[in-house]
Amino acid sequence: MVLWEIGIRYPEYLEEPDRSLIMAILELKGVTKDFGGLRAVDNVSFKVQEGEIFGLIGPNGAGKTTIFNLIHNVYTPTSGDIIFAGRSIKGLKTHQICRLGIARTFQIVKPLGRLSVLDNVAVSAFLRTDNVRDAKTLAQEVLNFTGLTSVAHMPAKGLPIGIRKRLEIARALATQPRLLLLDETSAGLNPTELEEAIALIKKIREKGITILIIEHIMKVIMSISDRIHAINFGVTIAEGPPEMVAKDPKVIEAYLGEAYA
Amino acid sequence: MKSIKIPILILLFIAFPLIIRSDYYLHLMIIALMWVTVGTAWNLLAGYTGQVSFGHAIFFGTGAYTAGLLASKLKISAWWGMLLGGPCAIIIAAFVGWVCFRLRGPYFALATLAGGEIIRLVAVNWESLTKGMVGILLMPTFKSKLPYYYIALGIAILAMLKVHFLMKTKYGYWFLAIREDQDAAEAIGINTSLYKNISLLVSAFFTGTAGAFYTNYMGFIDPSVVFSLHYISIMTILVVIVGGVATTFGPAIGAFIMVGVQELFRSSIFGLAPKWVSQAHALAFGLLVVFVIMFMANGIVGDWHKISRIFRRAR
Repeated sequence: MVLWEIGIRYPEYLEEPDRSLIMAILELKGVTKDFGGLRAVDNVSFKVQEGEIFGLIGPNGAGKTTIFNLIHNVYTPTSGDIIFAGRSIKGLKTHQICRLGIARTFQIVKPLGRLSVLDNVAVSAFLRTDNVRDAKTLAQEVLNFTGLTSVAHMPAKGLPIGIRKRLEIARALATQPRLLLLDETSAGLNPTELEEAIALIKKIREKGITILIIEHIMKVIMSISDRIHAINFGVTIAEGPPEMVAKDPKVIEAYLGEAYA
Repeated sequence: MKSIKIPILILLFIAFPLIIRSDYYLHLMIIALMWVTVGTAWNLLAGYTGQVSFGHAIFFGTGAYTAGLLASKLKISAWWGMLLGGPCAIIIAAFVGWVCFRLRGPYFALATLAGGEIIRLVAVNWESLTKGMVGILLMPTFKSKLPYYYIALGIAILAMLKVHFLMKTKYGYWFLAIREDQDAAEAIGINTSLYKNISLLVSAFFTGTAGAFYTNYMGFIDPSVVFSLHYISIMTILVVIVGGVATTFGPAIGAFIMVGVQELFRSSIFGLAPKWVSQAHALAFGLLVVFVIMFMANGIVGDWHKISRIFRRAR
């Protein structure tokens, strides 16, 4: 039985500060994407280390979600290469990339409306098993893990946004990813839900899943990220630990304008 | 409770021709059972997988002509068509899927509509193969309608069981996921184009088999019936919409209602109404669909709780 607890790597060296020894699980090499005359992503390169939470920030329209879509090959990069776990995933189809171990959530949530919450998650669980009972068991475990057990049998359509955001994460987790792409999973949440979301993301990392996260809410991104990559107009403007990026004049300028930089 | 109901229902269907000894009603039952098969097949693709096809006449006609051509060209029994009609429909469906699944939603529906008309016109004009509008005439194998009834019943039960149990597997869950959100489905690792095609091929198989049965039963086919947009493609959609989209028993109940309504009008309400009523069946179909969509969007099975509430209140 392929279950949630099996195949989870929990590297003990996570606590060690030296991450250069750890293999990069995802690497973007000079990725560029043009939409007609518009260069949405311009020569972006970064490495996400196994086991870390890597933040991706930038003002509206900076190209963050486009980068997610490039990783998942919803859009094909104009140039550059994307390496996942040592192999290029360029040219693979979206579903193949997910099978390799990259799951994502959508900024605008896409619940399977008429299916129950449990079935939503079971659909993902079928990626690693053909057996209905195994898929349901795994889905139930993921629901427990994400705190959705109480709404398991409700249709996904009418749920409040906080639950639907959580369901997005649960559905991505049920594909048993090595790398999780979270696209603004905290947007639109109230302060209590926000705390829960932060706790959940930390819990996912403890499972040994690497997280690449896009977030607007600074409280969230600054408190959970190990490293942050900032972009503006598709161009890298800073990369480093949260404190450093927060002080970077280019980042301050991008967010607040030149006068504050 | 439910586990007892279904075998009893099947027994009733098996006993039907022994109780009601009327060729007329038996004929209606056979036609209705054929529509149960086609409706169930369409329901898999459109109701569960969300890919609305306006071109199921393609597969019905392919099955029908497979049987017809086996008899007229190869001079072997048209009953081989019952075995080959499904596979031939699958081959055509693979091509239809390859072309039409590049489009989504209403555009897919329009593409299948166009595909159906193209194939009908080909069948009408390729006279050396299909004899065009002259059609293909076969000698019926059995004089009695009884064997046909049981064959139609068998195919209908098989189709319903296949779809019902398929929907309980991984395939079913993935079909539903594709219906609900194709982008989300792709992102959680579902090969959406593969699974849409699987759904289409299974659907085409049963539709083609029903088409081959039609040839054997009616003994006469021509392109204006078996490839017809009106008589096949649209009728299929009506059967499922009236009965209940994405329900196990919806297509079955819809089939009996639609065949009943069709017959009611065709016979001018059993000859009681003036002759012009028989011309009005298309209008009646239209009104029925408008009524169902307005008041029972999920069909009779899907909105059964609404209907039963009205009855309870009336009492």
